[in-house]
Amino acid sequence: MAKTSSRDRMSSEINAGSMADIAFLLLIFFLVTTTIVEDKGITVKLPIWSEEEPDITKLNKRNVYSVLVNAQNQLLVRGELMRVDDLKDNAKEFISNPYNRPDLAEKPTKAIISLKNDRGTEYGTYLAVYNELKAAYNELWDELAYRKFSVPYSDDLPLAWRKSIRDEIPFVISEAEPTNFGEED
Amino acid sequence: MSKFSKKRGKASPAISTASLPDIVFMLLFFFMVVTVLRDSELMVKVQTPFASELTKLEEKSLVNYLYVGRPVKKYQKVYGTKPRLQLGDKFATLAEIPLFLERHKVKVPEAKRPKITSSLRVDGEVTMGIVQDVKTELRKSGQLKVNYSAKKKPN
Repeated sequence: MAKTSSRDRMSSEINAGSMADIAFLLLIFFLVTTTIVEDKGITVKLPIWSEEEPDITKLNKRNVYSVLVNAQNQLLVRGELMRVDDLKDNAKEFISNPYNRPDLAEKPTKAIISLKNDRGTEYGTYLAVYNELKAAYNELWDELAYRKFSVPYSDDLPLAWRKSIRDEIPFVISEAEPTNFGEED
Repeated sequence: MSKFSKKRGKASPAISTASLPDIVFMLLFFFMVVTVLRDSELMVKVQTPFASELTKLEEKSLVNYLYVGRPVKKYQKVYGTKPRLQLGDKFATLAEIPLFLERHKVKVPEAKRPKITSSLRVDGEVTMGIVQDVKTELRKSGQLKVNYSAKKKPN
């Protein structure tokens, strides 16, 4: 007799009243630990490793856009001092060469950007320069995409469209080994 | 007249809290999905620079992180103030990069391995020397997809 009564008690329902409290506890834990990290950056495709340096001296001089960033974070573009703010427009003009000037790139497919820095160059400056160069190309791609397909350039475009744009204006950047200036020890 | 007085009498029941657990659970699941538990404690100071041409890294499981920066105060007594590389949750030398990449690679299904990206989280004030060495090491190990981590430039 007594046994059955204890079994009856066991089969009674679990009280779900505290469920909300438990859920709240977990919720607060996740709220506190969450860090919604912004995982953004400039995506770069590095060249395959080879022992020898790429030789840009063999190329036609008018097609090479040389950018030097020294250990004092100064910019030398094609032998002239420049500010980072002016780099984008200058690079755009060099690549597209709208007035067919003889000293700028023959055509966008032949343009090569040569980027060189010292070991003492600040990373922030280097990235700012890289960002400007990338911005120049992005704007050119945008303009071309507008002309051809009347939409801005983005990664959502069909692959064939993107390829046709990238074939017309390829992003060629050659990074030389840095010179050993200004390395801290 | 009778219409109004009747209604007022009826409108007294309390709001039911029966669906409260459901709502809380919904929120809970949202945060559980969104949360990325930071797996490694940062031992170096990383203040990524600003940039405008950003791409978003889509799949978290395909990304490995390399941190470069000066050690934080706590570790300066032992490790000095020279910029250093941190892999996972400890300081590392350049020679440890290939092993680190390999360790991450085996966790990724084979079909997705070409999509693995290395996120370089480098402090803006670090000089290019160490960054260059890291880049060279990445190239040597065949890890060519690299993302220079940066913050959106505020206008």
